[in-house]
Order: sequence, then structure tokens, then C-alpha cells
Amino acid sequence: MVSLTLKGAASRPATAVPRSGRATPYLFLAPYLLLFVVFVLAPAIFGIWISLHDWDYLLEARPFVGLDNYTALLDPASAVYADFWMSMRATGIFTLFSVPFLVVLPLGLALLLHRPFRGRTFFRGLFFAPYVLGVAVVSLMWRLLLDPNLGLVDWLLGTDIGWTTSLPWAWVALVGVTVWWTIGFNGVIYLAGMQDIPRDLYDAAKVDGAGKWAEFRHVTLPGLRPVALFVVTTTILASANMFGQSYLLTQGAPGGETRTAIYYILDQGLSQYKMGSAAAMSYVLTLALILVSVINFRLFRRRS
Amino acid sequence: MKRYTLLAALAVVFVAPLLWALGTSLKSQSEATRMPPTLFPTEPVTRAYGTIFEGTTQTPVLRWFANSLIAATLHMLLVLAVSSLAAYALARLEFRGKRLMFAVIVGTLLVPGFVFLIPQFLIIDQLGWLDSLTALIVPGAAGAFGVFFLRQFFLGLPRELDEAALVEGANHWQIFTRITLPLSKPALATLAVLSFLANWNDFIWPIFVIFSPEYFTLPPGLSILQGAYTIDYPVIMAGAVLASVPVLILFALTQRYVIEGISRSGLKG
Repeated sequence: MVSLTLKGAASRPATAVPRSGRATPYLFLAPYLLLFVVFVLAPAIFGIWISLHDWDYLLEARPFVGLDNYTALLDPASAVYADFWMSMRATGIFTLFSVPFLVVLPLGLALLLHRPFRGRTFFRGLFFAPYVLGVAVVSLMWRLLLDPNLGLVDWLLGTDIGWTTSLPWAWVALVGVTVWWTIGFNGVIYLAGMQDIPRDLYDAAKVDGAGKWAEFRHVTLPGLRPVALFVVTTTILASANMFGQSYLLTQGAPGGETRTAIYYILDQGLSQYKMGSAAAMSYVLTLALILVSVINFRLFRRRS
Repeated sequence: MKRYTLLAALAVVFVAPLLWALGTSLKSQSEATRMPPTLFPTEPVTRAYGTIFEGTTQTPVLRWFANSLIAATLHMLLVLAVSSLAAYALARLEFRGKRLMFAVIVGTLLVPGFVFLIPQFLIIDQLGWLDSLTALIVPGAAGAFGVFFLRQFFLGLPRELDEAALVEGANHWQIFTRITLPLSKPALATLAVLSFLANWNDFIWPIFVIFSPEYFTLPPGLSILQGAYTIDYPVIMAGAVLASVPVLILFALTQRYVIEGISRSGLKG
């Protein structure tokens, strides 16, 4: 292959766009494509196939059941109905309460770090630091901090709240910990967006006698629109994907109220091995996410 | 001055929990459960670290540490290798179906990862990779982010050097290894750190594909540790510290790359 491309390239010395032997591009792509086909494309299709079967990992027979796994999710009399929709509700509640905080608070953080000042890089790194820790470390640490008997948080507040075991506190804990953990990530994205707003827009605003608020309202916010769309979209996706915090911090307590959809789906599919039903659930959740994303894009477009 | 007061107050919120975890890991068990709680140990002891370094067959913590290091390093190298090769083809070479291929690869970035987990589990099972580090190293490298990220970077590199090299008779392998890769060190460093971090911290995948304690990595291991040492908080926090220190050091050394990489993924994503 090497000598072939060498000749091919050398015989066309003057072409502006480098040409190559026919096999060359595919040889460069082959290792990645092999992984992509086996671990992304195949699962995407195989997953649909699984969802059409009564697929129990531990059983030999995996009869085809058509859409039964899907219709069961809509049938209040089925075994999975109540638990599945309770978990969808939990994901919905978490997303509804975490997204606004994760969209607005990082913007404030980014404003604070936008203009150059001494120690700016240091503080930026500090606020981002929790994000480089994994969900396991973060959840375990906060589980102890929020412990109803020995936790530092209850002691500081002078309260006696079961942060991980009672409602609505479990939601406050899950949202609060997630905000603490990921605020730096969204903050950094806003910061980069602010850096891209042309300086002369700010200068023009100054000439017009705009105050700090007017400047923020009429220059910074409109300039951040595309970045904000990205932040909102990825934050909704990330919140809807929430698993680790619920698994480690509240363990779904109380009574499964904080068990998210992913938690329930993976428990059904990979712990109880009812894979057909779990696969169907994951597609229903995906459909819900697509709907939310479409609405989100529409809203952003209308306002622009 | 007002700015620094606010920043300092925020800094406390972000740092105090981390210091508290470190402090707790150095407390005796009685001090860790004493009320009122202390932020720092009055008499620091290293017992908790002794316990986790010694380990048990159910909680071989040092083994988990080694597994995490091996899995994250090999995963990172695999991501760099396959992503840079594919990105070069997508940025620099012409071939049939290129646009479609790129669209399909990038399109998967929009599909939430959980959809793949159950079929991936079955595929890993067929390959005989369940309950092995291979299951933690290889499948994640199929992710589209690295290819997308490097392609964007390669597109920004000047073509003149490639063309000059072609005129001199170089082939694409030589251009890739001697021109493109050396010019892309910042992007490769960013991708290296991001993929290392993601693998090191991964929790959801290892808890389902690894069953034997000796193949666990630290994140699923920590949840085992919590089960085994329920109220021995110093031991649990020592485990958390062990899982945090490498990534915090890595982040401190490569902050610029990590933050720039994430910024760029936001703007061009």
C-alpha cells in the first residue's frame, strides 16, 4: 500500500488537493470503523431486534413477541407499567429542577470570570475541579456530608433533615450535588462563548452610554444565544441520563421515588436480565428525549 | 475587592467538601463519628490508608487502582490511535461516501449512550469479554467525539506543508506521522486527557460488565467499599481520595488543555 500511494502521489505532482491510492482512505479508517460498527452501529440495530423479543439473558428460548414489550409500557395492568412510569417521572422531576440551575448559575460564574484579573485562571480551575472527579467519588463524599446523624451539612445548618431518605429533600440533595459537580463544565462553555463576542460591540454599547445591565442584556446575552442552545440541549440530555447520583446517593429512596429511568432500565436489563423489555423502555425514553429536544430547538428559533 | 470576596466565598463552597473528605480519611473512626464534627483531624492517623492498602479479597483496593490506571491508559492510547487515523482520512483524503460516513459518525453523538448499553452488553458477552479489563478499554473507543474533535483540528492546519511533502514524493502515512501529528500536539494532548478522565471516572459500564472484585476499577470499587465498611467513614473517604488524587493532579498539570478542549467542543458542537 505504501509504495502504491507513493507512486500515485508522485505521478501527480501539481494537483492542489492531495490525491491518494484508492485503498489509502479506507486503510486509515479501518481501525475506527471496525470499532464503530461493532460497538455503535450493530448495537443500535441489535437493540431494536432485542426489544421485539421476550429476551431473557438467562433463558435459552427468546420468543418473538412483536410490539408486546412496547404495549406493556402503555398498559396499566402490566407488571412494568407502574415502576417504569414512576422512574420516568423521577427523571422528569430531576431534569425540570436541575436544568434551570445548570443553565443560569454557570452563566453567573462565567460573568464573574470573564474580565481578566489576577488569579482568574486559578479560580476557573477551582470551580471546574469537581467535574474532573467521577460520580462515584462525588456521590460518596456527599453521602457522608449529608448524613442525617453525622453529616456536616445538617450540623452547619442546625437542622435534622434526612437529605437522602425523605422528600422533597432527596431531590434538593440530588439537584444540589449535581449543580456543585457540573457547574464548572457549563461555566467554561459560557466563558468560551463570551470570549467570542466581538469587543467592538461592547465598545459601541459604551459609546451609547449603556450601563452594565444594558450591556449584559443587549450585547452579552444575544451573543451567547448559540452557546446557550448548546448548554441547554446538552444539560437536558445529561440530566435525563442521570444514574450514578440516584444509585449511590439516595439509592432510589424513599420507596423508589428518586429511582431514575436509566436506573430502572439498567436494573431491569442488566441486573434482572429482562433485556427485551428494558430495550423497549430505552427506546421510549429516547423518543421522549427527541421530543424535548425538538421543542427546545423550536423555542430557541422562535425567540431569534 | 467585592469580586474577590465573592470569589473567595465560592471557593470555600467548592473546596471545603474536598478538604473535608481528605480530613476524614485521616481521622480515627471515633473522631469521624464525633459530634460536633471536626473539619480537620485533631490527631491525624493513617490507619484508613493502611486498611485500604492492605485490602481484602473482596476489596483489593490497590488492585483496583492498578486496574484503573491500566484501563484508562490503554483506552486513551487506543482512542488517540484510531481517532487520529480516521480523522486524517475525513479531513485530508477524498473517497466515496465521505460525507455520509461523517454524518453517520457525528450523528451518533446526538444519541444518548444508554440506548447502546444493553445490546453492547450482549456483544461483549459474545466476544467473551465480560468480566475483563478489555470490556472497559475497547468499546468506549468507538465513541465519535475523538474523531470529530481531531477532524476539526486537522481541517484548521495549513495544507501547504502536505502539498509540499506530496511533491517531494511522500505518501499519506508519512505526511500523517511526520507533519499532521507533530502539528497537532495540543489537540492530541486534550483528547488524551479527556479520554483518560472519562475512562478513569466511568461508573455505569463497569458495574454491569465486571463481576469479580479483582477486575474492578476504582469507581465501582468505591461502592463495594461503602458496602463493606458501612460506617467506617475514614476508610471510605481514603478510597475516595485515592480515586481523586491522580485526576486532580492530572487536571492541575493540564488545566489549559482540558478547559480549551471542552470550550471548543461547546462552540463547534
